[in-house]
Amino acid sequence: MFRSHVLVCGGTGCHASGSAGVMSVLREEIKRQGLDKEVQVVQTGCFGLCALGPIMIVYPEAKFYSRVQVSDIPEIVSEHLLKGRVVERLLYHETLSSDDNVKSLNDTGFYKKQLRVALRNCGVINPESIDEYIGADGYEALGKCLTEMSPEDVIKIILDSGLRGRGGGGFPTGRKWDLARRLVPDADQKYVCCNADEGDPGAFMDRSVLEGDPHALVEAMAIAGYAVGANKGYVYIRAEYPIAVGRLEIAIQQARNYGLLGKNIFDTDFEFDLEIRLGAGAFVCGEETALMTSIEGRRGEPNPRPPFPAEKGLWGKPTVLNNVETYANIPQIILKGADWFASMGTEKSKGTKVFALGGKINNTGLVEIPMGTTLREIVYEIGGGIPNGKKFKAAQTGGPSGGCIPMSHIDIPIDYDNLIEIGSMMGSGGLIVMDEDNCMVDIAKFFLEFTVDESCGKCTPCRIGTKRLFEILEKITSGNGTMEDVDKLDGLCAYICDNSLCGLGQTAPNPVKSTLRYFKDEYIAHVKDKKCPAGVCTDLLTYKIVDEKCKRCTACLKVCPAEAITGAVKERHTINPAKCIKCDACVQKCKFGAIVKE
Amino acid sequence: MKSLAELKAIKEKMQGQVGIRNNDQAETRVVVGMATCGIAAGARPVLQTLSTLVQEKNIPGVIVTQTGCIGLCQYEPIVEVYDPEGEKVTYINMDEEKAKEIVDKHLVRGAVVTEYTVGNI
Repeated sequence: MFRSHVLVCGGTGCHASGSAGVMSVLREEIKRQGLDKEVQVVQTGCFGLCALGPIMIVYPEAKFYSRVQVSDIPEIVSEHLLKGRVVERLLYHETLSSDDNVKSLNDTGFYKKQLRVALRNCGVINPESIDEYIGADGYEALGKCLTEMSPEDVIKIILDSGLRGRGGGGFPTGRKWDLARRLVPDADQKYVCCNADEGDPGAFMDRSVLEGDPHALVEAMAIAGYAVGANKGYVYIRAEYPIAVGRLEIAIQQARNYGLLGKNIFDTDFEFDLEIRLGAGAFVCGEETALMTSIEGRRGEPNPRPPFPAEKGLWGKPTVLNNVETYANIPQIILKGADWFASMGTEKSKGTKVFALGGKINNTGLVEIPMGTTLREIVYEIGGGIPNGKKFKAAQTGGPSGGCIPMSHIDIPIDYDNLIEIGSMMGSGGLIVMDEDNCMVDIAKFFLEFTVDESCGKCTPCRIGTKRLFEILEKITSGNGTMEDVDKLDGLCAYICDNSLCGLGQTAPNPVKSTLRYFKDEYIAHVKDKKCPAGVCTDLLTYKIVDEKCKRCTACLKVCPAEAITGAVKERHTINPAKCIKCDACVQKCKFGAIVKE
Repeated sequence: MKSLAELKAIKEKMQGQVGIRNNDQAETRVVVGMATCGIAAGARPVLQTLSTLVQEKNIPGVIVTQTGCIGLCQYEPIVEVYDPEGEKVTYINMDEEKAKEIVDKHLVRGAVVTEYTVGNI
């Protein structure tokens, strides 16, 4: 038994800031100071506050250390782990209140409004230990389903809970399972699939669940298999997620060793096994029909629906396909009941949703909130506001398939239907915050560039339509657009939406549509005034030196790579627009704010 | 593993061990003086014993942690038990055997072991 547990985040965010090194030095130091029989070091999944990594929590005191460096380790071990003296300078600043008392983590702005269901084990258990998962009620739901409930009971409880697909579409999960169970009564084989091909730029929700709690997915897929009558499951996961893939492989192997996958699970006739399929990173393979085509070993291209997967899916057999976060909710719903789940959220969107917070926000990271939380709460309370005192402009949800939410809708409760109504969508949960320095036309162009690149090319509206959209946006941002171009965008968007084969094409114009809806004035400024109000589109900018502010220090001259600035000490500085490459180096160098772009 | 009973056995074994990470409902705090004086007098095995027993017996709402010098160095190892109201009982000259008694009598049954308390000097 260990008297103290040190939990070190092993999620991707903290990994990138060096948690693996911190952890190995920590283990060595604990051993060196002879504490290795008393203190246990546990690698966990994501705590959520990725911006402050590497993160470490020491139990039983629950002290939260942020930005821990290798050089801090000896002090933590000798002071805190041995003598119980907390190293205050490393504590997460939010947990220190003004009177020097240490607050509980759950009272900090970042965690206070969160409600962790899908992420409940992330940052709490060691994802590579099936025993720890079992200690946290793991596999109990599967046991309950197999020994006490009929498949119909299982489907009913999921239906009653109101759980909807967390991958973006929001289709009721219970109905999907029910269809897969009943639609083809004489099917000789059925399949359960998991979509872990999280491709939206800036999204890492599913990745974190897989890295922090892979057994939850294994358990939930087995439950789905029991409910619909399938004995084989596939997890389709991006090869770019090496940590997630590795931990899932370990989880599947451990479950097999314990007999929780395989034949006669819990002494019943039920058998179920899982296989991992690695995706090569094509965005379109997150679309369900393309995903299944790819699992079959063919080129990942979508097919028309109907038939839906519940009728004809993988290898033509009835198939249930859900996303990772959807599955992560299942065991909890089975154990705690449909009413418990339905008590969270809004009328039509039950439960919680995980968001990956990114962009212009202080607390970059992973958050899970009840449906119906407002964007304002997410940005200003949980997210800690926008850096450098800048103003909020919009937030993009749903990645390249979604749209932006402007300031005027910041108080709207976030759920599936409200977001659709204001022209965005829930999407898988990427939430990118933009401030006054972001040009909305440029944002639309960024997402279109992504979809042009990722269009699989099977259908013309998507293949050529997105390309034409992108070209028009390029024309506008380079200052050559006309009002006719802006009008053309509307029609082209509608055409692509109506005629594309799959979800990728049907939703690809959304970023353009929603920026046109809320920020048309920016488009017009680019076209009529040839100006970029946010100062992003370089073709429309000129850099100037404000003579009254200039101290004639020549700092800008020295930093200019194009030798576009002339002048000397105590002499007037000027920028030659013909030579200026608009690299912004001088603006960043000038301490007096004397260089402006307009 | 084939049966629910086996699953339950693992769960119970692990819950004690993972329970240390849930200090939400901690009501009773057991604090061991772990300054130089305490460590020199043998506080480490006392702390280890207390922590292990609390986890093994899965006693709810109890956390075992360290603190610095309490100021009574000659009576170390010292263990203080704070109840939910913040009232404390101070045990002195502790060792592993006495620690076991504290767990059984005080933490499990709620009976203060008066003969080891500081008032008994």
